[in-house]
Parts: sequence; C-alpha cells; structure tokens
Amino acid sequence: MGIGIEHVSFAYDAETPALKNVDLAVTGGEAVALAGPNGSGKSTLLRIISGVLRPQAGTVRLDDDPIGTLSPRRIARRLAMVEQERPMGFDFTVREVVAMGRIPHRGRFARESQEDRRAIARALEIADVRRLADRSIRAVSGGERQRVYLGMALAQEPDVLLLDEPTTHLDLRHQVQFMTIVRQRALGGMTVAIAIHDLTLAAQAADRIALMSDGRIVVTGSPSDVLTAPNVRRVFGVDAVVGEHPQLGTTYVLPALPDRNARADAA
Amino acid sequence: MPTPGRWLGRWLVWTLVALVLVSLFAGIVVGPMRIPVHSAFASLFAAQSDSVSAVHRVIVRQIRLPRVLLGLLVGSALAVSGVAMQGLFRNPLASPYVLGIASGASAGAALAILFASGSALLLPLGAFVGAAAAVLIVYGLARGPNRRTSIFTLILAGVAVGALFSAVTSFLIFLSSGGERLSDVLFWIMGGLGRANWTAVTVLAPIAAVGIGAVLVSARDLNALSLGEEGAFHVGVNPDVLCRWLLGVTTLLTASAVAMAGTIGFVGLVIPHVMRLLVGPDHRRLIPVSALAGGCFLVWADVAARTVFAPAELPVGVITAFLGAPFFLYLLKTRGASF
Repeated sequence: MGIGIEHVSFAYDAETPALKNVDLAVTGGEAVALAGPNGSGKSTLLRIISGVLRPQAGTVRLDDDPIGTLSPRRIARRLAMVEQERPMGFDFTVREVVAMGRIPHRGRFARESQEDRRAIARALEIADVRRLADRSIRAVSGGERQRVYLGMALAQEPDVLLLDEPTTHLDLRHQVQFMTIVRQRALGGMTVAIAIHDLTLAAQAADRIALMSDGRIVVTGSPSDVLTAPNVRRVFGVDAVVGEHPQLGTTYVLPALPDRNARADAA
Repeated sequence: MPTPGRWLGRWLVWTLVALVLVSLFAGIVVGPMRIPVHSAFASLFAAQSDSVSAVHRVIVRQIRLPRVLLGLLVGSALAVSGVAMQGLFRNPLASPYVLGIASGASAGAALAILFASGSALLLPLGAFVGAAAAVLIVYGLARGPNRRTSIFTLILAGVAVGALFSAVTSFLIFLSSGGERLSDVLFWIMGGLGRANWTAVTVLAPIAAVGIGAVLVSARDLNALSLGEEGAFHVGVNPDVLCRWLLGVTTLLTASAVAMAGTIGFVGLVIPHVMRLLVGPDHRRLIPVSALAGGCFLVWADVAARTVFAPAELPVGVITAFLGAPFFLYLLKTRGASF
C-alpha cells in the first residue's frame, strides 16, 4: 500500500509553520527514512500521514483514499505507528499491550478470535518479546518496551508502518535488534516510513532517504545519492566524512568535531 | 514481575455478587433497632401476615431497604466514575470529583438548604445543577481551539473551578450566620444516606444502570487510552469523542449520586485502586468488579455510620474517609513504585 503526500502544509500555530508544501510519494513495499535536524518536520509529517494531525493544506492518501475521509478505526486497520516514547499509566502485561493492536480488527464486545490469537502470537514472536509476555510493560527495559510497541503495531497487521525515532533512546544492541525487525518487515512487503537520526543506520535500513530541513523535503533519493558531505553540511551544518563502507556496501556518515585539531594544537 | 491475581477476575465477580446480597441483608438487619433475621426475611418476601410485626415490616420496607439500595447505587456510581476518571486522566490519583463536581454540588445544595429551606425536591436538584454547572465551566475552559480538549488543562481548570465553588459555599455559610440550617449544610457536605427513600432509589437506579453500562461500553477504548491520546488514535479510538462521552457519562453518574447522598469521599478513589491491584488494569474486568465492590463498601460504611454512635448517626463520608485514607496511605507506602 502506497502513501501519497501532495502539497501538504501544516502549522501548530499561525506564526510557526512546521511543514511547507511537502510532496512525497512512497510506493507500496518501500522503506523510506526521514532524516533531518530536530524541528525539521519529520515527526509532524509522520503524524500527518497517520491522520492524528490534519494538514491545513494539501492531501494525504493511503493508496487512493484521502486519509481525511477514513475513520480512525479504518486507518488503524491499514496503518500502525510506533512513537518515540509512549506514556503508560497502568500495569498492563506485555501480552495485553500487544493484544491492543487487535482493537481495530475486533468488535467492541467480541472476545479474542482464533485469528486475533494467531496475530498476537506472531507479533510477540517477530518482535522477540514472547518471553516477556507476562511481565508488566512498566517492568521491562526501554529497549524491550520499544519492541513491545513494535509488536503491538505488528499485531495490527498493517500495510503501512510508521516509526517516529523509535531507537533514539536505545543502546546499540537494542537499536540493531529493533532495526533488524523493521528491515525484515520492509523486505516482507510492508511499506515503512521511519524518522531517524542515525544516518548510517538509515542508509542500511531504508531504500530511500528524504532529507528534511525547516519544514521542507530538501532532497530525496537512494542513500548513496542523498547522503553526501555537501548535503549533510547544508542540512545539519556539520562537516562529515561520508563514504561507502567496504564491508557493509552501504553509505556511512561520520560526523567530525570541528575543534579536534585546534584543541590538539593548544595542548 | 507477573501481575498477581489476575485469574481472580471471574471468581471475584461472583464472590462480590454474593457479598452484595449479604451486605444488603446485613444492612437491613443491623441498625438502632435490631431486626431478627427471620423477621427481616418475612418482611421482605412474605405477603402481609400476622407473623411479622407491623413495625418491623415498615422499618424494613420503608426505611432500611431503600437505604441499603441507595447505598449500593451511590457506591457503585462513584466507584465506576472513579474508574472512568482514572482511565481518562491516565492517573490513578484522579477521582470522580477531580473536575469540581463536589464543590459545585455543595454550593448548589447550600443554596437550596439556606434559601429554599432544603425542600426534598430542591435539594437534590440544586446539588445536581451545581455539579453540572461546575463541570460545564471546566469543560468550556479546557476546550481549546480546533475543538480539542487538553486533559491537562481539564485538571487545572477543575482545581480552580472547585476552589471557586468552595468559596461560594463558604460565603453562603457566612451569610447564613449560624443556626440549624448551617449544620444541615455541613452535614450534607460530609455525605450520608439519611435522606434515602423510594423516590431517591427509583430516580437513581435507572441513571446508575445506564451510566455504568455506558462506561462499560467504553471499557476497551479506555484500555486503548492508556497508550496516550495519540496512541489510542493509532489503534482506531478517537480520543476526543471518548473524552466527551466519558465526561458526560461520569458527570451524570457522579452528580446524580452526589445529589442523593452528598459528597461522599474516597469511594471513587480507593475502590478502583484496590480492584486494579486485584484484577489488573483491564477495564473490561475493572469496571464490573469496581461497581460491585463500591456498592458493597458503601453499604457497610453506612452500617457502621448508623451503629458506631447509635442512636446518633455519623455522616457516612466520615467513615469512608476514616477507612479509605489510611488504607490508601498503606497502599501508597507498600506499592508506591507501581502507582
């Protein structure tokens, strides 16, 4: 299932536009990474795609349906979202949280169907949280919790998976675990849009990168085309060493601290 | 750590149902005049006959039975409102009174008692109107542009409007310059089931049934809301619609209960908590067990209120606070981390 974003503009309040006339088309089964500085509009764009925010101008389509015409429930059957952090006020178990992913598929009073149980078991398995199933969501580590929410999103059996900086607070191992699962879903045909800060990780996980700055998409294309030293310099204002990694075969971006030599001289 | 006791759910429901029946009966038997069990049974179920004293029959049918039923209804309504408010605010410290309902109702009741001599009709009406007014003001204040309601602003507005209405009540008390009516106002604010009669029961019963049913309908959506407002949206639950629906339903439930029995505290705060510890946070279990437990608790609290200082009657709100507050503090100390 594809996502079509046409001429989308959005402002949280009149003085500060968050998105300015954004166009982006994601074809079905494609994995697109949204990269850019804080405040460049990545999260806002994802929230607009998900239907939580309504753009002031422009349209978002899921396949051919304008998202504004779909009820939250119908959106949730086709699209799932993992946020950067999620508050959890109560002591639900991991399994209960993952089971919430079935809410859009089930009648208000219906019990868990065979299909629900199968989807939940599968999601627990894929997200690698089955052994945590009976633990409280508030008693698992941050990295595990993000995988639980990923599991919940997968239990929705969505065509489109949106992820808003899901690995920002995770350690290296959890980042790799999480992104591996996402990458496998993308290879399995799920349409993925992920906002992410780690450009090297983005280059490995995504088919395409959209570089955002100040509410606009500045450049979009394959990781090796988009991730160049001049582009990184232009968007982030940072000097970086960029190249193709000889073993991974993907683009890497190494930010360089500007005062490294200056300090060495002083010492 | 696995959450203990979730399997309790189904057993607990049936245990509570049995306990409700026992409590109702105990509430009928116990009182300033002790009524023998066989006599109470006969009064309730037998046709008019010589085997039961007429006095017992009148006490059971006209005084005690409506009183225990009202206690059951008020306790259930407050407990379920508490569950809904805690779910809505995703905060286990919320209570049915968080939006200023108690203060609004008190001001309305004070107005009715002091200036309409507390007529049987005007008092609950005044309390209900005061409660509804408080919530409407709070909701109006919290409703921002583009029709979205901030839950955070709701809480703050609730605190402020509650303070305002408390000031109104204090001012009315000041104007009344003492006297019997003043103690009427204070007694009403402390809460009690002393005004129970069949009219109160027949008015509150359908409201409580519909209200509790309406919260139960939202059980699954309340679960989703624990993911946050956007989290709920992402599993297909519109948080704005849910918020409006629950505010309306709980206002009706709480305001009606308070109109009949005054501002009884702690039932709506403690009962949902204790039940959450027993059956877990899933609202599909939590709502029914809280309704039953809240009703039970208030019936017993009222039995205590009638007997501890008999023939004088304590306001039941004093009992619920005396039992509820220490128990709440105990929970806070022992289970603090998981609150």
